[in-house]
Amino acid sequence: MYELIIVGAGPAGMTAAVYAARKRLNTLLISDDVGGQPITTVGIENYMGYQFIEGPELMQKFEEQVRQFPSDVKVQVGQKAESLSRIDGGFEIKTDKGEIHRAKAVIFATGKRPRKLNVLGEKEFLGRGVTYCAICDGPLFAGENVAVIGGGNSALEAAEDMIRIAQHVYLISLTPLTGDRILIDKVTGASNLTVFVDHEILEIKGKGRVEGIKIRDLKSKQQRELDVGGVFIEIGLIPNSEAIKAITTLNRFGEVEVNYANETGVPGLFAAGDVTNVPEKQIVVAAGEGAKAALQAHRYLQRLK
Amino acid sequence: MTREVKIYTTPGCPYCKMAKKFLGDNDIKYQEFNVVEDKAARDEMRNKCSSLGVPTICFDDEVLVGFDEAQLREKLGL
Ligand SMILES: Cc1cc2nc3c(=O)[nH]c(=O)nc-3n(C[C@H](O)[C@H](O)[C@H](O)COP(=O)(O)OP(=O)(O)OC[C@H]3O[C@@H](n4cnc5c(N)ncnc54)[C@H](O)[C@@H]3O)c2cc1C
Repeated sequence: MYELIIVGAGPAGMTAAVYAARKRLNTLLISDDVGGQPITTVGIENYMGYQFIEGPELMQKFEEQVRQFPSDVKVQVGQKAESLSRIDGGFEIKTDKGEIHRAKAVIFATGKRPRKLNVLGEKEFLGRGVTYCAICDGPLFAGENVAVIGGGNSALEAAEDMIRIAQHVYLISLTPLTGDRILIDKVTGASNLTVFVDHEILEIKGKGRVEGIKIRDLKSKQQRELDVGGVFIEIGLIPNSEAIKAITTLNRFGEVEVNYANETGVPGLFAAGDVTNVPEKQIVVAAGEGAKAALQAHRYLQRLK
Repeated sequence: MTREVKIYTTPGCPYCKMAKKFLGDNDIKYQEFNVVEDKAARDEMRNKCSSLGVPTICFDDEVLVGFDEAQLREKLGL
């Protein structure tokens, strides 16, 4: 049995791992990937110590720091925690690979993932016109018509990129546009962009690849079809809290409720970073929360002795 | 065994970098095609691999879209 298991190797989990190692806690860090959301971030300009750094590079530095402590922190990547339950003297985690890990204390730092639309065609055409990574796949749709789904900053940024390379861009949002004013003005002024607010997506259609999208006006209920080759889905993020929802309290956004000391309602179970109700989802905040959670877990383990 | 591994990428794509690093770290030789500049490669990716996402990694009869380390490991027999 480990003293501590940290779930998630994003900024919060990796920082927690370094703090745990320095307290010489016998720790297991398990995660789906290493790096978390910053891996998809091109430029970071607000993580102290770097005026500019690419997300993957910053996360590589985090990882190197974690790997300084091989005897204290064991790292297992490519595993998802599927459930967490209480057992005598601690917790048991089951992973999607069928493995079982046990520890006296757990820090949950699983962050967030892109929200799915849950419409017909979305899954079928993933990688065939449907994408959640505009900076990756945007250039593949040069000269085509595309739809960007969402009304926040990420959708507006995707639209901003696409108006430069696509033939025509449809920006489709369930609500009025909610992003920053400056971005809204910039994007909606483009001559090759049409905005549909208060519209829902009914279906993504095609044969082998995306050929169109069916949308409906929420008010008039009028439906229409748009010919597009690409669908960029940018409708926000949801917390990866499924594995512990049975034993902790989540708020209405699905975030794990923690107090100022990263404690969930369950003694020995801590949470940190974007998966929690702590306001401000930022790397520096997540890292700080990870540090706090590890120190708190250490204190908890001391008390058990 | 030498197999022909092709990876189709775009310059801004972080997952492409991760996939290349993974292949490199595992001593797997690959040919990279930047599909923004190389129109023929873009068509090949679309038509032969029926993929519209990067990275697209092709070898033997496998077409993997996106970087999923566990899956890539399995398919490459690592
Ligand atoms: C496009 C984009 C741009 C951003 N730009 C900035 C910026 O410029 N500056 C800034 O400060 N912040 C930025 N952010 C926000 C920042 O990335 C997050 O606040 C931060 O990454 C949160 O860290 P985290 O460790 O809590 O979670 P995450 O980064 O989400 O990491 C979670 C980790 O948990 C793993 N995981 C998830 N579920 C499981 C499971 N069930 N089992 C095991 N492992 C699991 C994941 O694989 C991942 O490694 C940006 C976010 C996005 C999406």
